[in-house]
Amino acid sequence: MSSAPLLEVRGLNAWYGESHVLHGVDLDIREGETVTLLGRNGAGKTTTLRAIMGILRRREGIIRLRGKDLLSLPLHKVAQAGIGYVPEERGIFASLSVSENLVLPPTVSDGGMSVEEIYTLFPNLHERRSSQGTKLSGGEQQMLAIARILRTGAKIILLDEPTEGLAPVIVQRIGDVLMALKKRGMTILLVEQNFRFAKKVADRFYLMEDGRMVNSFPGHELDARMDELHEVLGV
Amino acid sequence: MAVGTQYIAEQPKLRTSSKVLGAIAIAALLAAPFFFYPVLLMSILCFALFACAFNLLIGYVGLLSFGHAAFFGGAAYFTAHAAKVWGWEPLAAILLGVAGAAVMGLLMGFLAIRRQGIYFAMITLALSQMFAFICLQVPFTHGEDGIQGVPRGYLLGILDLNEPLTMYYVTLAIFLFGFFIIWRIVNSPFGNILKAIRENERRAVSLGYRVDRYKLGAFVMSAALAGLAGGTKAIVFQFATLTDVNWQMSGEVILMTLLGGIGTLIGPVVGASLVIALQKYFAAWNFPVTVLIGIIFVICVLLFRRGIVGEILELMKRRQKGAA
Amino acid sequence: MSTIFGIPTPALYGQILIGLINGSFYALLSLGLAVIFGLLRVINFAHGAQYMLGAFVAYLLLNYLGINYWLALIVAPLVVGAVAVVIERTMLSRLYGVDHLYGLLLTFGLALILEGAFRHWFGAAGQPYAAPSQLSGGVNLGFMFLPIYRGWVVVASLVICIGTWLLIEKTQLGAYLRAATENATLVQAFGVNVPLLLTLTYGLGAALAAFAGVLAAPIYQVSPLMGTNLIIVVFAVVVVGGMGSILGAIITGYVLGILEGLTKVFYPEASSIVIFVIMAIVLLVRPAGLFGREE
Repeated sequence: MSSAPLLEVRGLNAWYGESHVLHGVDLDIREGETVTLLGRNGAGKTTTLRAIMGILRRREGIIRLRGKDLLSLPLHKVAQAGIGYVPEERGIFASLSVSENLVLPPTVSDGGMSVEEIYTLFPNLHERRSSQGTKLSGGEQQMLAIARILRTGAKIILLDEPTEGLAPVIVQRIGDVLMALKKRGMTILLVEQNFRFAKKVADRFYLMEDGRMVNSFPGHELDARMDELHEVLGV
Repeated sequence: MAVGTQYIAEQPKLRTSSKVLGAIAIAALLAAPFFFYPVLLMSILCFALFACAFNLLIGYVGLLSFGHAAFFGGAAYFTAHAAKVWGWEPLAAILLGVAGAAVMGLLMGFLAIRRQGIYFAMITLALSQMFAFICLQVPFTHGEDGIQGVPRGYLLGILDLNEPLTMYYVTLAIFLFGFFIIWRIVNSPFGNILKAIRENERRAVSLGYRVDRYKLGAFVMSAALAGLAGGTKAIVFQFATLTDVNWQMSGEVILMTLLGGIGTLIGPVVGASLVIALQKYFAAWNFPVTVLIGIIFVICVLLFRRGIVGEILELMKRRQKGAA
Repeated sequence: MSTIFGIPTPALYGQILIGLINGSFYALLSLGLAVIFGLLRVINFAHGAQYMLGAFVAYLLLNYLGINYWLALIVAPLVVGAVAVVIERTMLSRLYGVDHLYGLLLTFGLALILEGAFRHWFGAAGQPYAAPSQLSGGVNLGFMFLPIYRGWVVVASLVICIGTWLLIEKTQLGAYLRAATENATLVQAFGVNVPLLLTLTYGLGAALAAFAGVLAAPIYQVSPLMGTNLIIVVFAVVVVGGMGSILGAIITGYVLGILEGLTKVFYPEASSIVIFVIMAIVLLVRPAGLFGREE
């Protein structure tokens, strides 16, 4: 627990055009940890991921991966530094087949899964490897969006609401996949609205409100803090 | 975002000062032929009106026409033919040019408004090129020679337009008339709907406006006014040739408007004056005019997309903000 | 002598061949335009000037350095591609954030500069460029006489078109290109150097135009004005085909070239405007273009 964080975010501010959307966000993720961001819609969870990734360009503060500054890097260098991104809208490309979608992101370091391993983990994708990417069901597209990052050897994966709009049996399946990734030592930063799902996989929680981090606590305290959460999240 | 999103600042303060400026400008135009060659001035007035007509479309509807030479040059042919072959009175000949340009605008506009943005530009360019090919082949335009020796004639049978000063003041009157029409269109309810379409076409559709009709209407008006400029030019310079219908002419009018300021009322006038003056100046130097125009294009697009007048207005706006 | 619809068959086949040649250039040029537009969202007005530049580079290489046609076919696209890379880096890349029409206006300005400069140096008249000796002469096919160089142009353009299509559809680089056309930000967030991809794409498109220019040099004369008049027709081709599909751009190019050739046989007066007329009809019937998607 005393080791330096893999990903370190300090005093992160970010703007969409003129509007100031993140106000001094602090965040630490240690190697192998799964951390979940909770918060209402519009609290800044997705924005935090996009700001770390560098998709949102107007930022101030500190973002370091293993002590290496990410803020000054152009967008494509962030991925090359070892961060994988699974966007909320999944971002499956219609003009690419499933297998082309899978091998699209360039490898960023050794230790990624091979295509064979991925197809073993996701047999559906193998079956439909030559279909058009967007012809897959929502759940399959989500699997594909996660799978293509696993191939790249990214050390940390930013996952934006992977269970949104999916049937319980698919959510279960995605949960299994995340558990398997945790076993392999993958570091995960997850944005999630589904408590039951998050509780199963998360080691630690951050609570966001109005573009700020308002609290953080270990995963096992989730049940005890339910009342507080209900108040902040308004559920 | 449309190209012409910068429009003239509409503060009341500017309005009173613009009245004063307008009066000074008209006085200057009335006195101008005593200081400059009337031919140069008339050339500027014709092209300034052409650019204002073009600006009506790009500046207030956000549509980039790459084919406005067809209306300008087409009207020049119609007017020249009527005045020379049929012996029409000059004003009637010019009006025929305007009507011809309006009909062409209706036909081209009907096709072109089916697409937007870049496609609109390509379609108008292709259609005007088609018209240029037709002009090359049909007998009445006299192919490469064009219609030469068009008589200026007597305006309404009374005023002798062969008098340079008379011709100048008639041209000035036509220019001011065209400019006034454009000013009225822009500030009318119709003009406001055009601006709404430019800002957000979908929203205009959802508000129940039949956007296509407004676009077509603006296209026809712009074509007719370009025709007014072209017809006048045919009488002033006494010829109509292929130069006026080809794509370089469409490019020149875009440049005049861009340089002066897209979506500003007087920008096209400033732009047209500058381009004509520069062309005269560099032609004397034996510097290729096409290269010059290309260079100005590149500089405008890269460095000041608002154009000269647009940048000045922006600067004034910022000062006002800073003062407040 | 045999006839079809009262037209002697050799004349008919001859015009179809000319149509096929023109179609080859339409296809090569609209392909380049479509590739550039797909990723950069820029209509490259300078495409015609880059085609002209390709022909002139071949002409200058031959006359000043004695470099022959075959080498020019490789060197000219590289030279023009390099010029395009500089243009993209220094100018076009500044315009990605603003309205796409500014890209059109910038490239229009560049086309005027190139064209004006060459006209200033070489005059408006065309310069002859001889076909290489290996491709001179012709063969009698029985139903018509085929000049070998013309046959070569059709074959070479087909090979390049199919090759470009394969590059885009079947390779990893092509996958980057297709994906970036849909969502450039995400592709860059995956670690692909998208700015570089944009630069290379513009370079590739211009190189294709230059290749077409070298092919054209022995058929048409090398003249400063050869590009712009052609590019306006190619714009019409692109409107007919719709720019959504690479294959669509290629097919439309060839088909319209042949239709234009046939018009020359049956109604020569209309041959210079037939493509524009077809464009008008397509706009009435199917505004998005034959292979296009409504945006």
